[in-house]
Amino acid sequence: MATTAVSAESKNYLNAEYGIRSWLLTTDHKRIAILYLISITLMFFIGGYFALLIRLELLTPAGDLLTADMYNKAFSMHGQIMVFFFLVPSIPAVLGNFLIPMMVGAKDLAFPRINLLSWYVYIGGAAMYIWCVITGGVDTGWTFYTPYSSLFSNTHVVEACLAIFFAGFSSILTGLNFVVTVHRMRAPGMTWTRLPLFVWSHYATSIVMLLGTPVIAITLVLVILERTLNLGIFDPSRGGDPVLFQHLFWFYSHPAVYIMILPSMGVISEIVPCFSRKRVFGYTFVAMASIAIAVIGFLVWAHHMFVAGISLYSALVFSFLSYLVAVPSAIKVFNWTATMYKGSVSFSTPMLYAMGFIGLFTMGGLTGLFLACLGVDVHVHDTYFVIAHFHYIMVGGAVLGYLGGIHLWWPKISGRLYPEAWGRLAAIIVFIGFNLTFFPQFILGYLGMPRRYWDYSHMPEWQALNVLSTAGASILAVGYLLPLAYLLWSLRYGKIAGDNPWMATGLEWKTSSPPPTFNFEQTPEVTWEAYEYEKMPLPEEVTLER
Amino acid sequence: MFDNFPLWPTAASSHAVTEDWVYIFLVVLSAVMSLLIFLTIVVFGMKYRRRHGREAQQIEGSTILEVAWTVAPLGVFLGIFAWGAVLYFDERTPPAGAAEIYVVGKQWMWKLQHMEGVREINQLHIPVDRDIKLIMTSQDVIHSFFIPEFRVKQDVLPGRYTTLWFHATKPGIYHLFCAQFCGTQHSGMIGEVVVMNASEYQAWLTGGAPVGSLAQDGQTMFLQLGCQTCHRFDVQGRGPNLVGIFGKPVQLEDGRVVTADENYIRQHILTPGRTIVSGFRNIMPSWQGQITEEQLNSLVAYIKSLNPPPAGAAGVPNP
Repeated sequence: MATTAVSAESKNYLNAEYGIRSWLLTTDHKRIAILYLISITLMFFIGGYFALLIRLELLTPAGDLLTADMYNKAFSMHGQIMVFFFLVPSIPAVLGNFLIPMMVGAKDLAFPRINLLSWYVYIGGAAMYIWCVITGGVDTGWTFYTPYSSLFSNTHVVEACLAIFFAGFSSILTGLNFVVTVHRMRAPGMTWTRLPLFVWSHYATSIVMLLGTPVIAITLVLVILERTLNLGIFDPSRGGDPVLFQHLFWFYSHPAVYIMILPSMGVISEIVPCFSRKRVFGYTFVAMASIAIAVIGFLVWAHHMFVAGISLYSALVFSFLSYLVAVPSAIKVFNWTATMYKGSVSFSTPMLYAMGFIGLFTMGGLTGLFLACLGVDVHVHDTYFVIAHFHYIMVGGAVLGYLGGIHLWWPKISGRLYPEAWGRLAAIIVFIGFNLTFFPQFILGYLGMPRRYWDYSHMPEWQALNVLSTAGASILAVGYLLPLAYLLWSLRYGKIAGDNPWMATGLEWKTSSPPPTFNFEQTPEVTWEAYEYEKMPLPEEVTLER
Repeated sequence: MFDNFPLWPTAASSHAVTEDWVYIFLVVLSAVMSLLIFLTIVVFGMKYRRRHGREAQQIEGSTILEVAWTVAPLGVFLGIFAWGAVLYFDERTPPAGAAEIYVVGKQWMWKLQHMEGVREINQLHIPVDRDIKLIMTSQDVIHSFFIPEFRVKQDVLPGRYTTLWFHATKPGIYHLFCAQFCGTQHSGMIGEVVVMNASEYQAWLTGGAPVGSLAQDGQTMFLQLGCQTCHRFDVQGRGPNLVGIFGKPVQLEDGRVVTADENYIRQHILTPGRTIVSGFRNIMPSWQGQITEEQLNSLVAYIKSLNPPPAGAAGVPNP
């Protein structure tokens, strides 16, 4: 077929123009996605470095490696970098940016210049944050709880808040771009019910980004004003209310969990049908579950505050709503699993990540039931149980989805295949390392180990489980470094991918790899449903199994 | 054997036992569901592994299945919700007649004031088999009072009281942690809860140097600060007579009716101008920043003791 011969030589978005200028002033959504990919990878490894410091400190009960203040800064900056500068932009700004225009059959996003602006805003925020780290860092935890952050902390709270405030706008701009693109830029025949589920989940994510991010922005501005102008909004001695901050903070930061997980769910909804050669089971239900999660997700924020002194009856309402929001997630898990039924399953690297995702997300979701349960939350709140739970969602879920997606679309992005054996090995290492890191933390949490403890010398019985966790983290680190190495290697030495190495459906696979600057030679006309795998031949590259 | 590798915390309060049952139920449910999903994925993966000559069978979906796996989890979830809610209701509603202890959190220690006047730091001695209610506040940032062996936790907020109650069932020494990040020595804000038999507890209470009760301390403060010049007990003064007001509704000048609970009394002492009682003028000075949290606690305890004793835990006679 012509596919293999074409890619490397033909004009595509990578070789259309050369020079640093052509990248920094590009309005091509694919190039902007690459810019994002490089910047969030950098932030990921900075955040990972702080995770390493945390795990090393907790290897022994005594606070011996870092000082107390340094430790407090390490977990604060780990959380803030990972949430605001890696997880929130990760899949939307890289894969969403790269793929959504192609998936809907458009030349670019609706507002290409705003797209570039969003990257500059992100870089501005990230640079400010790194400046904050270099000049001494911040120690408030990623949650910035008042009055500690507003009146007591002596660290660079204002700088950190400003950086995150700034980066928030990049999120808003990306969300805006996606919403308008999905509404206005779909190719002829690409009806809403023919959209890939990846697009549906990004549509839901974008709504949350647009409606939630302004609230965290205002909240952080209030903390800044409280510190600089002594406003008193969160200061009880002047009639303020520190708990008000928690309401405002979680009004964004709980939906933000869905900003992180929904795009990942979108990736899984692409991988599972592709490597099972089947239509996705219950398309409409999976699509609507994304919307339901986005909407109900806005109504559950105070389940982070069951022991914060909120009224008994409001706690009941928020517990109830938290159980409601768990239902659409369960629906998705069941539908993905059912998609494999009577399929033709290949354990390729993306599929291994997807299977890992389904399992770990299930565990993350089920342990969420513990936390939504009022009586149990009173005990496990603010302990390592919570840490383990949300890492199952954010690493086991969001990061595995991200890695799966990077592998799935790497041939499209780079035009090259990654080495499959290394890919599978890394996926297995990540899965094992992850579980070893975070499973012991559930037990530690139930034993009562509070989060954010630098020193546990009075509780030496916690050490064994902490050692396991640290051992797991070092395995996990290998699992993260491997893809970095072989993906970079494949850019030069990888096999030429061809247009559609997985024989996947979806418009992005109908153009060349890497795609031309405007994605398609001519605007496609869609006359088929999403995931018509019965009409696709089996891929050649991956039918290795017997 | 499990000394260095514990998997389960001691259960030493009435809450702990009931909460453990919900937890065990959830663990079993999660284990079963996770295994089910894991096994299904693995089995599907093996059974439907790609082979030459066998094609995938296309299945669009099934509305019946969708409805089933929407309704079934929802039903289970609502059950868990109800069970957890009942537990929480109990944990948040201190029984009448519980012995009261005041708690002040500060960076980075716990200060405790018993009604009998004994004060402790980072140690809380309590009798076994008695309902204990903590009335807690913070003098700086938010802390959280956490006793894992009792399965109870409550944030301790600056500027107001929150309460926590428990009923210890086993004598012993248990952990006391601060669970809300509060700055540099957050992990050093720990202590112990010593649960003693009634007789040992009595011996401990009376063992130290004789002290006045918390309410007596409060009475001394009350006189020192000159409160009695307006809040008179014999005739109507410039301020309301405080005898018997605790727990009663109060009509405010702005039309609101509030209950005179601990938080109200505390707020009124600190910022009287915000809650002027109907029929009185705004003449009381603010004590914000003038008195410590501990002195405030003693004043609140004193005003509470002015109620005709029902079967008083405080045991202070009316003046």
